Amino acid sequence: MVIFLQNLVNALQWGSFYALIALGYSMVYSILMLFNFAHGDIFMVGAYIGFGVSIGLLALSSSGALAMPNWLILALTILFSMFLTSFVGMIVERVGYRPLRNAPRASAAITGLMIGIILETGNLILLGARRVSFPSLVETTVYNVGGVFVTNKKIMIVLVSLLLTLALHLFVRRTKWGMAMRAMAFDFAVVPLMGVPVNTMIALTFAIGSALAAAAGILFGVAYPVLDPYMGILFGWKAFVAAILGGRGSILGATLAGFLLGFTEIFVAMIFPSTLRDLIAYSIILLILTFRPHGFFGEPYSARLRL
Amino acid sequence: MPVMGRTIRNLRASYSQVPLLGWLCGALIAVTLERFAGTPIALALGLPKIPALFGLDIMLKKPILVPNAILYVFLVYGLPMGATTRSSISLTNRLAGRLFRFPIAITVAVHLALLYTTLHLWAGISDYRALVLKLTLIAVMLTLSLNVINGYMGEFSCSHPGFMALGAYCASVFTVGLFVDDRLFGAVFLPPGLGPFLFPVALILGGFLASFGALFVAIPSFRTRGDYLAIISLAFLFIVKSLIENLEFVRGPRGLSGQPDLADLPTVFLWTVLCVWSINNFVRSTIGKALNAVRDNEMAAGAMTVDTRRTKIVAFLFAAFWAGVAGGLFAHVLRYVNPSTFGIQNLAEVLAMVYFGGLNSVYGSIVGAVSISLLGEALRPLEIFKWIIIPLLLILVMIFRPTGLIAFKDLDVTSLLRPKRKPGGEV
Repeated sequence: MVIFLQNLVNALQWGSFYALIALGYSMVYSILMLFNFAHGDIFMVGAYIGFGVSIGLLALSSSGALAMPNWLILALTILFSMFLTSFVGMIVERVGYRPLRNAPRASAAITGLMIGIILETGNLILLGARRVSFPSLVETTVYNVGGVFVTNKKIMIVLVSLLLTLALHLFVRRTKWGMAMRAMAFDFAVVPLMGVPVNTMIALTFAIGSALAAAAGILFGVAYPVLDPYMGILFGWKAFVAAILGGRGSILGATLAGFLLGFTEIFVAMIFPSTLRDLIAYSIILLILTFRPHGFFGEPYSARLRL
Repeated sequence: MPVMGRTIRNLRASYSQVPLLGWLCGALIAVTLERFAGTPIALALGLPKIPALFGLDIMLKKPILVPNAILYVFLVYGLPMGATTRSSISLTNRLAGRLFRFPIAITVAVHLALLYTTLHLWAGISDYRALVLKLTLIAVMLTLSLNVINGYMGEFSCSHPGFMALGAYCASVFTVGLFVDDRLFGAVFLPPGLGPFLFPVALILGGFLASFGALFVAIPSFRTRGDYLAIISLAFLFIVKSLIENLEFVRGPRGLSGQPDLADLPTVFLWTVLCVWSINNFVRSTIGKALNAVRDNEMAAGAMTVDTRRTKIVAFLFAAFWAGVAGGLFAHVLRYVNPSTFGIQNLAEVLAMVYFGGLNSVYGSIVGAVSISLLGEALRPLEIFKWIIIPLLLILVMIFRPTGLIAFKDLDVTSLLRPKRKPGGEV
């Protein structure tokens, strides 16, 4: 039981990365009906931007110009990096997706893949092949709750990701921009006639998705402080699987499926040898999709999507 | 400049009369020249050795040699080909016309023999060229078979490296088990002399295993399309990779090595020709048209009595078979396979070839595979910047021609081989 709870805690942390990244896929999908295949690499870029920002803030703080406690630095890092990465997302949209809006969707998927490769390579060229380690901003404190070890980092990661998901939910439900997004997901053709600036809204969608990916990247850096330029590939594709599994374009679905994927991977590794993790996790996903081909919250063969 | 425009128009008009036979003969003369006089010419021009890939590699390594390399390419390839094809138009047209009266199989065989001789001479210059050529031919097979699913059937399948891995491992286990004294598979079972005869069996077995694997993607595709199928095929790719990593008898993640050297240039060429022939016939047959119907509107196709399930399953099995064969050849060309070869990277490469060349077109696949693999090799001196240039090129192609360079074009063999000028002499 203790082992089970321990793994549950680990799975919550692991799943929150997937959930945050999957949200970005899902948001873009619900509006443009295509998956932003560069998203995994935006996660990577976000982590690196977070690395740069935190180094800068640490230097600023230690030089005495503006002394800050570490938790403030972390919070500022997350906010700044989300802001900066959202521009990366908008640039990706402008370069790779807007010129192709009327093209076949597979062509846009190819440009996305290629932009991802360019981001990886660009990073390699700028920073070299060595891995960088994320500065440890938070001292790890371990709490022992009835034999289950919980660290303050894990609590923070899960809380921040749930908070961001909630914020996104409120944004989509309660604001005018969110309403415009929902309207575009409902009917892309009519919305421009109602005076909604379509290009701005799409850019905003990419910006929000990228900001969430950046948050995931920094949280990942806090938990596993080694960054490398190819870290986004596997995470990106797995979060893509989660986004589909949740039902395309559904915020709730993407979050739940992200956590579910995290749980599956961790628990498979708990029961079976860990080399079998991908094999069994993806076999389960294949089975789920065979019996429920449109995911948990998606609607089969329909243009109407929830957001 | 009107004069230049006229010259170009005249040149184009006269070269448009050159039949395929003429081009092949010209290329043959050029590579023969390179074979016998290539080294002296290269040395005389100040190049260290014969440029491996049309001078591109040398130009990028030592920019100072750019004019020399261009001059070499012009002297060895451009001038002989240009001169002989132009001057022998009437001769080659007459020959092509006479050949054309034979049954089509013989005409094709003569052209293929010429093409093979050219390639053989070209690749004979260095081992590097031979390797690049073999890998390019394998890339052609892969691209074509992926085009059947992604282009002709209009699905976005991500499972191709998985099919390739199945074929590669099955064929490798077969040949290593039978012909090689190996720690895992025991002593030699059959005399290695039988290798070349049983190699096709190994490849076909690999193809069948890949087809069997394709069932796991094809059956869910009855109920779902588009993105969900993309995920199912992606999950399949992860599963195959993970499965191989966990199979100890093929040495898991360490990879399987020691395949006998069976995939020489003629073998690879022959299989590529077989692949192009059968896929070209497949997509022009009734079932190929049914595939297009399923792509454009599945429901309407069903109403027009197309058996959509049968069509989908046949297309998947057929494409996977050729991917498996290509995988088997790939394993025997490199003589080493490793599960991580067949990952997302490989997928991105094959997808790039399909979409660069053009959907729904055999020409396009050949052009895409050849240009991307040659470009990848030629830009190798640029090291990491290669992975900026190739993606940028692809993005540009996607923006200006979203379906690829040569999309929706049939490969019609008869019009390709036809003489380009009437025997009388006038156009």
